[in-house]
Amino acid sequence: MGSSPHIVVVGGGSTGTGITRDLAMRGFDVTLVEQGNLTHGTTGRMHGLLHSGGRYAVSDRASARECIAENRVLREIAAHCVEMTGGLFVKRPEDGEAYFEGKLDGCRACDIPASVISGEEARAMEPHLARDVEKAITVPDGAVDPFRLVVANAADARDRGARIETHSTVTDLLVEAGEVVGVEVEHEAGPGERVHGVEGGREEIRADHVVNATGAWAGRIGAMAGVDIEVRPSKGVMTVMNVRQVDTVLNRCRPKGDADVIVPHETTVILGTTDEEVDDPEDYPEEQWEVDAVIDTLASLVPMLRDARTIRSFWGVRPLYEPPDVGSDAPTDITRDFFLLDHAERDGLPGLTSIVGGKFTTYRLMAERVADHVCGRFGVDADCRTADVPLPGSEDFSVLRDYMDEFGLRSPVGRRSVERLGSRADDVLDVDGPNPTVCECEAVTRAEIRDAIEGSGSDLNAVRIRTRASMGNCQGGFCCHRMASELHGTYDEPVVREAWDELLAERWKGQRHALWGRQLSQAMLNYALHATTQNRDRDPADAGPVDYAAFDDGPTRAGGPAGADVAADGGQNGN
Amino acid sequence: MAIDSAVLVIGGGLAGLTSALAAARAGGDVRLVSAKQSTLRNASGLVDVLGYAPDGTGPLIDPFEAITSLPEGHPYRTVGVDAVREALALFDEVTDYCGGHTDRNALVPTHGGTVKPTARYPRGVAAGLASDDRDALLVGFESLLDFDAPLAADPLRAAGVPFGVRGVTVGFPGDLRADAKVTRYAKLLDVNDEVGANGRSRAARAALAAAVEPHLDGEPRVGFPAVLGDDRPGEVRRTLGEMLGVDVFEVPTGPPSLPGLRLEDALFAALDAAGASIETGNPVVDFEGEGRVEAVYVEKNGARIPYTADQYVLATGGLVGKGVESDREGVSEPVFDCHVPHPADRYDWFDEDAFGDHAFAGFGLRTDAQLRPLTAEGTVEFDNLRAAGAVLGGYDFPAEKSGSGVSLATGYAAGWAATQEAR
Ligand SMILES: Cc1cc2nc3c(=O)[nH]c(=O)nc-3n(C[C@H](O)[C@H](O)[C@H](O)COP(=O)(O)OP(=O)(O)OC[C@H]3O[C@@H](n4cnc5c(N)ncnc54)[C@H](O)[C@@H]3O)c2cc1C
Ligand SMILES: Cc1cc2nc3c(=O)[nH]c(=O)nc-3n(C[C@H](O)[C@H](O)[C@H](O)COP(=O)(O)OP(=O)(O)OC[C@H]3O[C@@H](n4cnc5c(N)ncnc54)[C@H](O)[C@@H]3O)c2cc1C
Repeated sequence: MGSSPHIVVVGGGSTGTGITRDLAMRGFDVTLVEQGNLTHGTTGRMHGLLHSGGRYAVSDRASARECIAENRVLREIAAHCVEMTGGLFVKRPEDGEAYFEGKLDGCRACDIPASVISGEEARAMEPHLARDVEKAITVPDGAVDPFRLVVANAADARDRGARIETHSTVTDLLVEAGEVVGVEVEHEAGPGERVHGVEGGREEIRADHVVNATGAWAGRIGAMAGVDIEVRPSKGVMTVMNVRQVDTVLNRCRPKGDADVIVPHETTVILGTTDEEVDDPEDYPEEQWEVDAVIDTLASLVPMLRDARTIRSFWGVRPLYEPPDVGSDAPTDITRDFFLLDHAERDGLPGLTSIVGGKFTTYRLMAERVADHVCGRFGVDADCRTADVPLPGSEDFSVLRDYMDEFGLRSPVGRRSVERLGSRADDVLDVDGPNPTVCECEAVTRAEIRDAIEGSGSDLNAVRIRTRASMGNCQGGFCCHRMASELHGTYDEPVVREAWDELLAERWKGQRHALWGRQLSQAMLNYALHATTQNRDRDPADAGPVDYAAFDDGPTRAGGPAGADVAADGGQNGN
Repeated sequence: MAIDSAVLVIGGGLAGLTSALAAARAGGDVRLVSAKQSTLRNASGLVDVLGYAPDGTGPLIDPFEAITSLPEGHPYRTVGVDAVREALALFDEVTDYCGGHTDRNALVPTHGGTVKPTARYPRGVAAGLASDDRDALLVGFESLLDFDAPLAADPLRAAGVPFGVRGVTVGFPGDLRADAKVTRYAKLLDVNDEVGANGRSRAARAALAAAVEPHLDGEPRVGFPAVLGDDRPGEVRRTLGEMLGVDVFEVPTGPPSLPGLRLEDALFAALDAAGASIETGNPVVDFEGEGRVEAVYVEKNGARIPYTADQYVLATGGLVGKGVESDREGVSEPVFDCHVPHPADRYDWFDEDAFGDHAFAGFGLRTDAQLRPLTAEGTVEFDNLRAAGAVLGGYDFPAEKSGSGVSLATGYAAGWAATQEAR
């Protein structure tokens, strides 16, 4: 690939990794640079709804059409990342009839399969639906796992020769003679996968073209070369419940507003969301009222949610963009459409293209547009194939065999592993030696953890998002130390300890918004496990020296070995 | 006719058991009712008294000395250091624990590779103490995830322990499933069944010793995860020790925690021997009375059965044991609705840091000098109700390392006082 143009893509979310894969498939030499983990940004903090387009069918039909088309594509190319749950737009007595009719017409106009069912039929599908729900529209909404999908895109791009740099921040754009010619990067831990404690460094990466796919951060990258990109970041909360109260995506059928969607996701359901403009995509208040609002509002659809157990809440920021001349007041009014900004044409700055706005569901289409644009710029004649070539893990997903026997896994564990790994299951699970379950809540085995470590270095948060380990009910209480153990062997103890502490801190962060009821009890149990059983809060290896000789050295040190003290074994010998 | 006793203890954890035992030993007519298994199932089975001062100073060498400088309102201050000593004496008498020969704390290696100060430890842990300067080999099992011996050995070295320590991982003999529960390991060693290992069949303990033997490099003591027998831990340890020519010890692991479960069994047996009535499996759901508890109701198969007593002890545990509950609006005690002080805003219940100063860790009842719960106004809730153990507030046991010690001391004091006062 020596002579093919070198493209640097900034941003390891769905958009950036999608672009990287597409460009790599079209023969470009690509480097992806991401400041955190893959999915560190909005992609790792979204609702997980694979839109049918129904949500936009009244107000924004162009987006609705894109959604249904991409929804169909992703079911094919990313089968192991998608669960086709189906969705309902649910009408309560106080929701307008005209809007309901408008939603139905809109879906039909946009080629979204939709039909009306009665309240009874809806409750037969979802028994916990409120008794006064009158009727509903069925649509092909689904649930999608953003982590798995992004990792699959990156893995495929890497297989096709792309270089993927995580934990590497673009600190400047290199501009020479009025043209962007590369980026300056600060590596947290040297190039390659991240290992704790490894010295970082600076690197200048020169490129024939730079793609800015940094979502809510796009304005900052633009500013490095003096161009204005008017992103309007808008935050939203998502609250994770401990069980799947519903198996179908539930949308409230009324004009777009706060707290109107419930998405089943793996073992949980996720409630969302709010929509509040913020100044800084990395530093914004995470507020209690938002959590209370989603629970209380969505309880009008599913009453049992009011007192159900939540395991954590998290926030994301939408990378909304609006062309300078529009000037919407409320973030809900800003379009969900995406925009390709050709800075050569727009600002007279060649060498840089930005992609802003959009949705996760349409990431592939956004990537295709960017790749088409880059091809045009370099006169490369190559068709986009990302709508046809399945992602790794989804190549041969129809042949689900009985993995339980094959990999010696108990059935629910085996099924979950295979769902996550798709067609990679054979490669990953076929290991020598025992394969115990590391994370019981999410049924993640040692083999999957080790596979993830191979892909992401000593970063346990990256292992977490690849496998879902520590993301279930106990929020890592029972498995953080086990995940850390799996690092040992490849990495030294200080690296392991640092990665472990970092994982504990990350797990704590999201739980804080769920600390009442059973999750508060869980937090106390976890605190006791980590601080009392493990004494991790006062690790003597971190604190000062201990005067060991001053402490009790055992009852029988003078008299003889304690283990051989027969008489002292009391009645416990049993014979 | 209600079921009647002089003293009724509600809750069968460390505090309830100690309370009932103290009352029965003092000649009281005692009944204990408990809903479920206690926190001991999750706990390490070590009995910490006080490992660190509330300001983090430590590890403390002498916990008893430090008790006197604890803040007002700490349960140890309420019952006093003598009650702590008496409770431990009773505990030492009915269990096979060590530590009673000295006032000094012991430092026990944890499964996470730290050391933890504790006052009483099971005999099976004794040969593992960190102040013992003999070299140690730690042995983990391939599919037992909670104890990674090599990973535990490294930080112990980093913590400067006065002995050489290495960790190895071996396959556990036999064909236990990859995610077999710890009780399966323990049973196999208890029963000492024949297992297949390296193409031939031999008794489980011998097979385990044979798997460890080649890794020994002169270490006089060998540590295993706490799975060495459920019913016969002493015997399992001794046979393994004899075969290997070393002292064998356990490193506490869990949950589920075998040392905790063994302790629970020992205390139930002692309570039974002391003549108390014991009923487990059904929760107390309600009560009757104002200013004085007249009766409580136990739910059995959907029916509500009244139980009466002259004196009551509430030992239902904390947030973990379900003796303290919360919802988005507040924190409460579910049986008698006793007052639980807590900040009004639930975002003040926790600290930003995972190991910060969490208000929730101290949630629980405040009492008068006789352990009687107090209302928000500071008056006694019920004349004949005392509280003990984790249902009490005002101490952060994970940070202090004081959990079991507080349950023992307050349980003992409440049980003893209840018997004295009963008609
Ligand atoms: C609350 C919420 C719910 C949502 N729900 C859904 C949904 O259910 N369905 C759906 O389809 N869409 C949903 N979306 C929208 C969707 O999540 C986003 O549109 C999409 O994830 C954006 O992806 P991206 O790759 O463009 O941006 P990001 O994922 O934010 O990626 C940008 C990346 O750039 C990196 N970066 C920034 N600056 C630098 C730098 N200087 N150097 C290196 N890297 C840098 C960031 O770390 C980040 O990882 C939701 C959004 C929000 C906020
Ligand atoms: C993970 C963990 C590790 C720990 N490690 C240590 C350690 O290493 N060292 C140490 O000293 N301490 C440790 N502790 C602390 C110690 O175990 C506890 O403080 C102690 O066991 C609490 O005992 P308790 O009797 O007060 O409460 P619990 O053990 O919680 O017992 C409460 C009992 O009351 C019953 N109950 C509850 N409600 C009702 C009702 N309505 N009716 C009837 N019965 C009811 C419950 O079923 C239970 O049996 C640990 C705790 C945890 C959680």
